[in-house]
Amino acid sequence: MTPREEPGALAPAATEPVRVLPYGDQALLIEPADPAQILPLRDALVGLPGCSEFVPAAGTLLVRIEAATFVRATLDAALTAALARAGQGAPYSDPDAPCVVLPVRYDGADLDLIADDAGCSPDEVVRRHSTATYQVAFCGFSPGFAYLSGGDRSLDQPRLATPRRSVPAGSVGIAAGYTGVYPRESPGGWRLLGTTAATLWDPFRDDPALLPPGTRVRFEIEPS
Amino acid sequence: MIQIVEAGPWASIQDGGRPGYAHLGVGRSGAFDQPALRLANRLVGNPPDAAAIEITLGGLELLVRDAVTVALTGAPCAGLDWGTPTTVPAGTRIRLATPSSGLRSYLALRGGVDCASTLGSRSTDVLGGLGPAPLRAGDLLPVGAPPDCGVSESAAVPVKLPTTQLPATIRILPGPRDDWFAPGALTQLLQTDWLVRADSDRIGIRLDGPPLERVRGGELPSEATLPGALQVPPDGRPILLGPDSPVTGGYPVIAVALAGGLGIAAQLRPGDRLGFR
Repeated sequence: MTPREEPGALAPAATEPVRVLPYGDQALLIEPADPAQILPLRDALVGLPGCSEFVPAAGTLLVRIEAATFVRATLDAALTAALARAGQGAPYSDPDAPCVVLPVRYDGADLDLIADDAGCSPDEVVRRHSTATYQVAFCGFSPGFAYLSGGDRSLDQPRLATPRRSVPAGSVGIAAGYTGVYPRESPGGWRLLGTTAATLWDPFRDDPALLPPGTRVRFEIEPS
Repeated sequence: MIQIVEAGPWASIQDGGRPGYAHLGVGRSGAFDQPALRLANRLVGNPPDAAAIEITLGGLELLVRDAVTVALTGAPCAGLDWGTPTTVPAGTRIRLATPSSGLRSYLALRGGVDCASTLGSRSTDVLGGLGPAPLRAGDLLPVGAPPDCGVSESAAVPVKLPTTQLPATIRILPGPRDDWFAPGALTQLLQTDWLVRADSDRIGIRLDGPPLERVRGGELPSEATLPGALQVPPDGRPILLGPDSPVTGGYPVIAVALAGGLGIAAQLRPGDRLGFR
């Protein structure tokens, strides 16, 4: 299965700052009009009684609820307060969020194609990609696979119509507005820029995922 | 210690699962039929979430190297009395036949299967590459120390053989993306006798029937999913997500099964009929 993204393809009603949708009897799906609010809303809900798991994604936040202790009015109040704070100014950035630097060998199979589409040289692609600061918007597709936002949009690419059957572990790819790094060898539908030797996922490490949601990320050119 | 002589069509170690890691891309896994797992564990005095063997369509054969008390729940298989704690002497072979109804059986061992844990669970997750590999002939499974709680007196725990009423029915709640579908789609979902396809597995129960019509084109940005969600790919035939389903997905979810639905879904065989209400 390949990760799929089309940010902006679906926007909720313009006048609603946030929608709260039912997800069966054990969860709610929270959809802010501005996806940049997803992690701030998560932070506002952590610790609320009856809320046990928070799963951010491209445009939504899933919250698992325990019926016995959950109070909907408390959740609504927390969302309203968080959105009011957000309206007052600074974009989300958590100064305590770790910044992970990933060394990358920029020799991916699609580097020339990305350069052609961006109208620049491969060296310029590398410069644009490696000078941006990214943030992990969410994880999905497979354990430890992080979707990074904040990259230079001139490098953006659609996903492959037919995924490659195998891309190497550590492959750094671009698709649909995100940069992603494949934690292990797997099928891959993203355009490949290069490879990192960093260990993205180790279930026996204290922090099994190197790039959990909210982590800031930079890429560093590794001399080839 | 027990030794797998024959795994049957598909068998794996499953426990209560590994919740709490979905934000890192890790699914819940765990027994597909959680109530059956909990019953089997209760019968042998284990904590309810202890690791047991999830058996698909029977066929499991094992050699008991050290005496152990076991219990079988879920789909009944000839070879062990259903729902009854049974002390098995060392050297005994247990051979489970194919169940005539239901799909998944649970064999609990007093003390639990004592293999290595990953992220707090012993469950096999083939999609995520976590936990032990599916069982194969020759595998040796260590059994944990007996728990403090005693074995259930079967007379004190009235346990009925499960009856499979077909067509099975699972209760659902509409949403979150029912607005992606034509006005009649929910009604069609509720009125159709869906056919369980042979390519169903722990990732999802795939259903055949008249395609559910979408009114919204394009793709849904990936959002979190849960086991029990009814996800509808472009061909319009819903998939009821199972315990090993990917934690995010881009197909719209038209409805989600209520909490009890997964245990019913776990027992569906290819060719069975399934309705929703």
